[in-house]
Formats: sequence, structure tokens, C-alpha cells
Amino acid sequence: MTDKQHEWPLWEIFIRSRQGLDHKHVGSLHAVDAAMAIENARDVYTRRMEGVSIWVVESKNIHASNPDDAAELYDPANDKAYRHPTFYNLPDELKHM
Amino acid sequence: MEKAVEEIFQDKIDKEIRIEPRDWMPEKYRQTLIRQISQHAHSEIVGMLPEGNWITRAPNLRRKAILLAKVQDEAGHGLYLYSAAETLGISRDEMYEQLHSGKAKYSSIFNYPTLSWADIGAIGWLVDGAAIMNQVPLCRNSFGPYARAMVRVCKEESFHQRQGFEILLTLSRGTEAQRDMAQDALNRWWWPSVMMFGPKDDESQNTIQSMRWKIKRFTNDELRQKFVDICAEQVKILGLTIPDKDLVWNEATNHYDFGAINWDEFWEVVKGNGPCNKERLDTRKKAWEEGAWVREAATAYAEKRKKNSH
Repeated sequence: MTDKQHEWPLWEIFIRSRQGLDHKHVGSLHAVDAAMAIENARDVYTRRMEGVSIWVVESKNIHASNPDDAAELYDPANDKAYRHPTFYNLPDELKHM
Repeated sequence: MEKAVEEIFQDKIDKEIRIEPRDWMPEKYRQTLIRQISQHAHSEIVGMLPEGNWITRAPNLRRKAILLAKVQDEAGHGLYLYSAAETLGISRDEMYEQLHSGKAKYSSIFNYPTLSWADIGAIGWLVDGAAIMNQVPLCRNSFGPYARAMVRVCKEESFHQRQGFEILLTLSRGTEAQRDMAQDALNRWWWPSVMMFGPKDDESQNTIQSMRWKIKRFTNDELRQKFVDICAEQVKILGLTIPDKDLVWNEATNHYDFGAINWDEFWEVVKGNGPCNKERLDTRKKAWEEGAWVREAATAYAEKRKKNSH
């Protein structure tokens, strides 16, 4: 891969689509700093009223779990159906529960 | 070992589980996607040039505002796609370098000139129409970031096609000179648009593997037929004529038959010998080179601000 020295840093963009909802990852873009990342994110990701708030995080600051560890991390939840309300077999006449 | 992971990979694809950037993937899958996504991104960026040609000459303020918004969308689409390609490990600068050196291709359609205002209508109706035909199935592409980018692109693209049709509709209901202008644009843009779907299935080497990997969902010829069928009906509303004397409804196949495509022209334009190949690339390179000082100044300013804030 070529020298990335000259490239502006990469930022991950998160948009809150309306008050009351979470910020959601929408994509990424390059910018020299956080202020420019927000300005560019506004132009790129909110041209059709998709957002009321923007978060930007420099991509290098995101730490992620390793997909190779998925089995160890998530499979143990598979056999614990009792964590879900539907696990419990209760009579139909039971109301409001 | 390698064999086993490849089977697991294909199994995920078969089960419609999306592949994400950090998942294991065959090198050829990665390279195919980098090529396809970056070419797609380049097409969006170069695609701004033929239309940009008419921003200053749009017939009224309404049309001008719409065209500006459309061209801005194309820049956004290029950006979504470059970002998706970057998740596969290629840098933005490397993609630009491939475009500017001519190593990477972009859609040949943008190597044709926009001679009249009606061309902006024809591009919206036909070129964006063909693009949508290609892009809708890409929303279910097996690579997560590409599929997500395409969902955004498709949402925005539909206004592009509608505004183009509206331009042609207005011209077709206008004076004789305006109708002629619309017909002339259709005459010039029809065949290049039909060619946008790429080579015939039996000459498209990558199709089988791409279908297996669900990078592609339909073949070039399937999509081309669908495009012709739809346009052959839509053109009736415009009262214009598609420049193909062999275009005729076939009761047996339930499709329109259409005439032979001039594949020599297609390959000539792909090879770089279209009417505007050189002009388009020169414009791109000039913009990149003349923008260097802006990029450098922004970097220097950001560094200075960082220093002062400590």
C-alpha cells in the first residue's frame, strides 16, 4: 500500500437522526481535524435531514473485538434461553404479565 | 487449513451472512471488490464532469439548484464508495493514483460529451436509470460496507432519474426545436446507456465467480434486458423514438427484442479512445494537482491549532 503520510486522518461518523434516538454509525471520511470532520459530515451525511447531531471519532481510536474470537465471546449465550421471557411456559389465563 | 476457511467463507455467503472488513476473505474476493468498488467510486466522481458542464448554463434557477444538488450527490456517492473500498486495505491516495494514471477504469458512459441541455435530461433518465438497475441489487451485496453504501446511494439516486425524465418531458411538450433537441439527446445517449451494463454474459469473465460470491446478483444481459423493457414503455410518455429499428415487443419471450450493440465502439471507449476520455482525465488530474496547496494548507493549519491548544 502507498504511503499514507500525506492523507488526512480517517474519521468515523455517527449521526443522531432525531432527538431521543442513539447516534448510529453511518460511514467515514477524511479530515484534518475534528472541526473539519463535523463540517464535512454535515455536507456528506445530512443533506436530506438525516440528522440533528453528529459525533466524529478518529478511526485509529476505535478498538474492536476480533472476529476470530466470536465463538468464545458470543456462543456461551446460546444455551441460556432462560434469559428470555418466552422460555417460561405459563397458563394462558395468566393476564398482564 | 486454507481450504477449510474458504468453505466456511462460502458457507456464510450462501446463508446470506454479510462479510465485514475484518473477517477472513479469499484474496481474490478482496481484490475483486477493491477493483469494483473503486471503479464505481471513480465513476461517480468523473460522472460529475459532464453534468458540471451545464451548471452555469441551466435554463433557470430551479433547474440550476436541482443540478447543483445532483452533482453534489454524486460527490457524496463517490465518497461513500471510496470509504467502503478503504475498509479493504487500499488507501484513498492509491485509488486516486490508479484513476489518474489510467490504471483504474470508470464507467465509459462519462466519456461522451454533453452537447445540449437535453443531454442533462437524457443522462438523468437513461444513465442514472441504468445505474439504478445495476445498483439496486448491489444493496444486497455480500460485503457489508459496500451494501450499506449502496443503500444510501440508491435512496438518493431516484430523484436523479426523475429530474432527468422531467427535463425531457418538459422539452417534449415544448416547441419543435425543443422536441428535436430532446430526440437528438436520446439518439446520442441510448446506445451508450445500453452498453453501460457491460459485455455480453458469455464474454464477461468475472460473472460466474462474482455471482457465486454474491458480489453480483444478476448478469449483465439480464439487467440490460430489464432496462430496455422499462425504457421502451417510458419513452411513449415522452412521445420520442428510441433509435433502434429492431426494437419490438416479443410476445413469446415477454420482452422487447432489440438491435445489435456496436461492441467495437464499446471496447474502443473502454480502451481510452472515446470522444472525451482524455479531457475527463485531464480535468480530474488538474483539479487534484491544483488543489494540492489547499490540502497542504489545511494540514498545516490543523497542526498549528493543535500546537497552540497544548
